[in-house]
Amino acid sequence: MTKSELIERISERQDQLSSKDVELAVKLILEYMSKMLASGDRIEVRGFGSFSLHYREPRVGRNPKTGDPVELEGKYVPHFKPGKEMRDRVNESI
Amino acid sequence: MTGALTKADLAELLYEELGFNKREAKELVEVFFEEIRTALECNEQVKLSGFGNFDLRDKSQRPGRNPKTGEEIPISARRVVTFRPGQKLKARVEAYAGTKSQ
Repeated sequence: MTKSELIERISERQDQLSSKDVELAVKLILEYMSKMLASGDRIEVRGFGSFSLHYREPRVGRNPKTGDPVELEGKYVPHFKPGKEMRDRVNESI
Repeated sequence: MTGALTKADLAELLYEELGFNKREAKELVEVFFEEIRTALECNEQVKLSGFGNFDLRDKSQRPGRNPKTGEEIPISARRVVTFRPGQKLKARVEAYAGTKSQ
């Protein structure tokens, strides 16, 4: 399912909101979630999961072409932990 | 630190920025997460460009242990959700690390 399919599916379940409104809402939600993560905040949605940042230690990597060592700085990466309802529902589908 | 972002905050955002009424805003946020969950439940990958992909992985049974008793118990086969952040989100989050270390 892509973003535009998500917008369509939400629109089908909404009779008050136009699909344009749904599109704006979906884009705004994703933009806001990105912005919060990018400023170091967590996101917690019960039954869905939580997003947070994980720290990656600085390390020496390699340039894949030349094999030369490259110093890589420590960095943060986004991390998602599925919530209980999400885990259970996905697992029941096996 | 103001605490984590929740569904209530997202509904508030739709109310303030898009002029949705409170009930519409709350419902939209609910349906947004529910449709993603439903897709994943149907073993369908979810790709939200600019944000990231929710993928499904089937794990086979593996040996496990009760950490308290040390007793061996097999961990059953299961399907799990993983999130792979998109390039754009990764780059924005890395920029945060830069501002923090200075």
